[in-house]
Amino acid sequence: MKTWLKVVCVVFLFYSVIGGLLLPVPRLAIVNETIRGLYYHVPMWFGMVTMFAFSVYHSVVYLRKPSFGTDIKSQLYANVGVMLGMLGIFTGMIWANYTWGSPWHGDPKQNGAAIALLVYFAYFILRGSVENEEQKARLSAVYNVFAFVTMIPLIFVIPRMTSSMHPGNGGNPGFNMYDLDSQMRLVFYPACIGWILLGFWIANLRIRIKLIEETLLETSNEK
Amino acid sequence: MKNKIALCIACFLLANLAFGQEPEMADTMRSEGKIYVLVAIISTILLGLLVYLFFIERKVTKLEKLLSEKK
Repeated sequence: MKTWLKVVCVVFLFYSVIGGLLLPVPRLAIVNETIRGLYYHVPMWFGMVTMFAFSVYHSVVYLRKPSFGTDIKSQLYANVGVMLGMLGIFTGMIWANYTWGSPWHGDPKQNGAAIALLVYFAYFILRGSVENEEQKARLSAVYNVFAFVTMIPLIFVIPRMTSSMHPGNGGNPGFNMYDLDSQMRLVFYPACIGWILLGFWIANLRIRIKLIEETLLETSNEK
Repeated sequence: MKNKIALCIACFLLANLAFGQEPEMADTMRSEGKIYVLVAIISTILLGLLVYLFFIERKVTKLEKLLSEKK
């Protein structure tokens, strides 16, 4: 990863903490000051979707032209994506407890996100249960395409078709105004970029560690 | 006349009390400056984690170099 991208990541993350706590936000009933959760909860999902998108891209590249590098890239991008997704679920539960009344409200988007994560858990179980390296890579690449295609309607389509309490999805006036607020965009978009870049940074490290591990295993096999 | 004006003002104030109430925000905490305590705490944790990530990256780069020298 390029150094300037890391600098952008660090600067945006600090800006999201400092600006996110100090800059003015709309004064709304029900959410009150917790509206600032938007700056931290939602970027997790942006990060997760970006990681999954890169994962599926590398899976498609693998299916067109098999190579070890693309297989581990798709694995580890999915790995970081799941981590961000779990943070998204947990922060969402904390937030929901205070604004909706209970941590698990059965909100369509909440359920959809949980199912999407389960679908991705199955991806790692699949990887862990096949011995043959080539077979593992090919099977999991095919599965990854299905997992991504399942995640999109679960998170972006179904919640918009039914009534969800997430903003932009259903008819809750307490929540519907803030996604249009230009004051909040100033912090929200940099926060998203910052967390996405952090995801790339961690994924990049994981990929490099995996490559080192693989070369070590190869050299020990040769001996 | 004066009474009527006073009544009008009283009604206006009452209406303001009933409908003009703003949602509660952490204004007291902000005016006391305690919000900066939070900013400092969270920033410190973020800084620590990012520095740690940076050192992990240095370690990985070192290992990569060691491996390529070995070959």
